Amino acid sequence: MDYRIERHNGVAPYQQIIQQTRQALRLGQLVPGDMLPSASAVVAATAVNPNTVLKAYRELEREGLVDTRQGRGTFVRASLAQPGTQAGSPLRDELRVWMATARAGGLEREDVAALLAAELDVFFPRPVGSR
Amino acid sequence: MNHPLDPSAAHQHDGPYDSGSYGDDAPGASPALEAVGLGFRGRDEWALRGGDFAVPRGRVVGLVGPNGSGKTALLTVAAGLRPVDAGTLRVLGHAPGTPAVLPRVGVLLQDRPLERGFTVAETLRLGRALNPGWSEAAARAIIDDCDIPPRARVGRLSAGQRTCVALALALGKEPELLLLDEPMADLDPQRRLALTGVLMKRAAEHGTTIVMSSHALSELHLVCDHVLLMARGRVLLADDTEFVEAAHSLMTFTCPDAATPAIPPQMGTVIETRRSGRVLSVLVRFPLTTDGAASTAAPSLEEILLAYLRNPQAAPLIAGRFTAKAPASGSPDPQDRPAR
Repeated sequence: MDYRIERHNGVAPYQQIIQQTRQALRLGQLVPGDMLPSASAVVAATAVNPNTVLKAYRELEREGLVDTRQGRGTFVRASLAQPGTQAGSPLRDELRVWMATARAGGLEREDVAALLAAELDVFFPRPVGSR
Repeated sequence: MNHPLDPSAAHQHDGPYDSGSYGDDAPGASPALEAVGLGFRGRDEWALRGGDFAVPRGRVVGLVGPNGSGKTALLTVAAGLRPVDAGTLRVLGHAPGTPAVLPRVGVLLQDRPLERGFTVAETLRLGRALNPGWSEAAARAIIDDCDIPPRARVGRLSAGQRTCVALALALGKEPELLLLDEPMADLDPQRRLALTGVLMKRAAEHGTTIVMSSHALSELHLVCDHVLLMARGRVLLADDTEFVEAAHSLMTFTCPDAATPAIPPQMGTVIETRRSGRVLSVLVRFPLTTDGAASTAAPSLEEILLAYLRNPQAAPLIAGRFTAKAPASGSPDPQDRPAR
């Protein structure tokens, strides 16, 4: 797991770590039993304050996604991967075909994003009160 | 003259130093830095006066302020290389420059004082000879990271490379407290990231307290978890960055006409008001109400720091102390009113 911290994108660095971890869990790049990099390895590579990493890991632990074992490290507990999300899965392939069609049809990135967001809200409505 | 490479130079000491004998050095026992009524004289007037603050151990502290606000003076005093002009400063619970603290403090000053005729390897050897707790590995890591040829003479190195050598000396001491005066100023972006990474790793693995002055306010929230802001002779902020961020709100008010609406005095401590067209933006500390505000947002740490730098008359926020001298009655302190 290699975290990348965008230094000026407005998203707090600890949030970036959380998002990237969740993304890796969804894509099956991290699976239960895997160890997350140590705080010291992350801060050496990303040059952010150690508390940033600890805060992110605490939050992931609170969500039940990882487990911190005293003196041993932080380990993945739960997976967020769905069968359809992996590269090469039928669902993903169908989406790629759709994307290629949209692109060939002259749609811009923003058009596709707007379409996706609209359909997402129809099929996967947000729970009331969520951000 | 004190030699920066020599931990004993600032003070004559006799007999071996034994860190185990200082009972007040248990974690949390005494702050990394503790100032009471601290003052430094600048060229014409006081650069800092009546400075009261405490920096807890294990923090990565951003030391912020305009030039001449006493940042370098504070670091130099803490390093034991100059006396205070008023008040006291204690370093790891001791008077700065004394044998009890000198070996435990790593220093990087702006002029990066090094023997220019020495090679890099000789400079490290000197560091080893002068520092009882020397770690060759810690020093070497920096030199290797920066790709500096060990046989090169220090005088022939670039400013950035000299910074790396000076930082290697500071880290080779395996210090509990690192005092760094604009450590990243003359480094290229790649080295800046690498060396910041080294410092953060040091903080993560050893809980080293790092106090670094910097003008790079936009980077501060990434690296520092505590901020010490000085301006116009006063300490304005001295607290954890997370708390400083949480304590402030950026509110906007819509003003249809030219007259600026009166901001309710009970709204909180107003640090800054700015007017642009019909929009009045107000940075408030500890807002008590959002009544009448068109929007409320969380300002970035950089926005907060800039607001204090632009408004050095603002009421200070200092950890462990009451905000300003709050008046007993409901009327706000005159300093808490927005500048008009």
